[in-house]
Amino acid sequence: MTAPVQIQTPLTPERVKTLHSGDEVRITGTIYTARDAAHKKLCQLLDEGSPLPFDIKDQIIFYTGPTPAPPGYPIGSCGPTTSYRMDRYTPRLLSLGLRGMIGKGRRGQPVIDSIVENTAVYFSAEGGCGALLARYILESEVVAFPELGTEAIRRLRVENFPVSVFCDCGGNIYSPYL
Amino acid sequence: MSMTEITAARITDAVERLYVDACLRLPEPVKQRLYDFGNPYIIENFEKNGIIPLCQDTGLAAVYMEIGQDVHITGSIQSAVDEGVRQAVKAGYLRASIVSDPLRRENTGDNTPALVYMDIVPGNTLKITVAPRGFGCENKARVSMLAPADGLEGVKRFVLETARLAVPDACPPVMIGVGIGASFDRVAYLSKKAVLRMEPNPDPYYAALEQELYDQVKKFSIGVNIIQAPTHIAGLPCAVSVGCHSLRYASEVLS
Repeated sequence: MTAPVQIQTPLTPERVKTLHSGDEVRITGTIYTARDAAHKKLCQLLDEGSPLPFDIKDQIIFYTGPTPAPPGYPIGSCGPTTSYRMDRYTPRLLSLGLRGMIGKGRRGQPVIDSIVENTAVYFSAEGGCGALLARYILESEVVAFPELGTEAIRRLRVENFPVSVFCDCGGNIYSPYL
Repeated sequence: MSMTEITAARITDAVERLYVDACLRLPEPVKQRLYDFGNPYIIENFEKNGIIPLCQDTGLAAVYMEIGQDVHITGSIQSAVDEGVRQAVKAGYLRASIVSDPLRRENTGDNTPALVYMDIVPGNTLKITVAPRGFGCENKARVSMLAPADGLEGVKRFVLETARLAVPDACPPVMIGVGIGASFDRVAYLSKKAVLRMEPNPDPYYAALEQELYDQVKKFSIGVNIIQAPTHIAGLPCAVSVGCHSLRYASEVLS
């Protein structure tokens, strides 16, 4: 097996072009969490013409809702949630410069088309392994929608966070289970 | 047989303990199947775990109560279970994932209410099983009211189609639970019970069918279990439930 590809955030389109479906990737830097309720709120802000709570250009959104952090831990269990539930919001965020997403499972064709059109990438993290993945998260801070609890948007600092490329910017798909 | 008196407070204590335990540690038979499957991430996730839940989705708390008919419970069962869930969420740092209304969607903040199932069985003990139900796999369950003419082939087709639609979204390797027979509502319940069963079907006909189906999905599955039941001359209900690899449950008998 070849060594995993190391990437840093922010993630540029040039860097995205070097990633291919099936590649093992390790992410270091800042990523943002958002899942169902946060996506709905982000799109409501866009509908009102209000600014988003963070600049999403060249950023990565991780679809997750962590468990509470026990004392002494930066975060609790923090694995990917199923991505297709975010599909109806995703093309809009990609068109604004969102560069990457981390989740699990399939995406709809409109999302894949939008990934290609905007030179973005969709990563898959190992589902059901939130305890393991939490060890690659060094810091966590709520940056928007605290009223959503686990669904709030968090800024995470991660080091060597393990993912693989599910859909690359050419629209090629890879999963060991398909 | 003498009557057993069980207080609601004991139920609360048991539910708290079982819910936290189920979220942190997998049952031995599940671990064995995952060792056999061999995904190193998954093995590391459950092997090296301490106080962090195995999965961030600590679930809707499904609580199965097998109540001996010679048991008398003092206090409200639903309240006792909910209090156990509330305490577990606090003590075990579990996630609050329940909204009080399906359309208005306000998080209750303490993961209550629990989904409580009650069966009256012979005896004077109370068996409590807590099975946290994550929704990545829950969302992949399906029920089909097949016709008798669809028969065995119709059942196989529906099971395999549902299994293939479930991955990779639902955290493979998955356990496939199949209910066949009974009625629209009951067959779904049977498929859920099947997900948690760790032995082959006692009827050799169905055990062979389980094996045949498993052989076709083992690239992404750790087992296929069937529970069958009598049904109506006009129907062949079939339900398929999916259990993710974090197949969590914990039981205790109160007497």
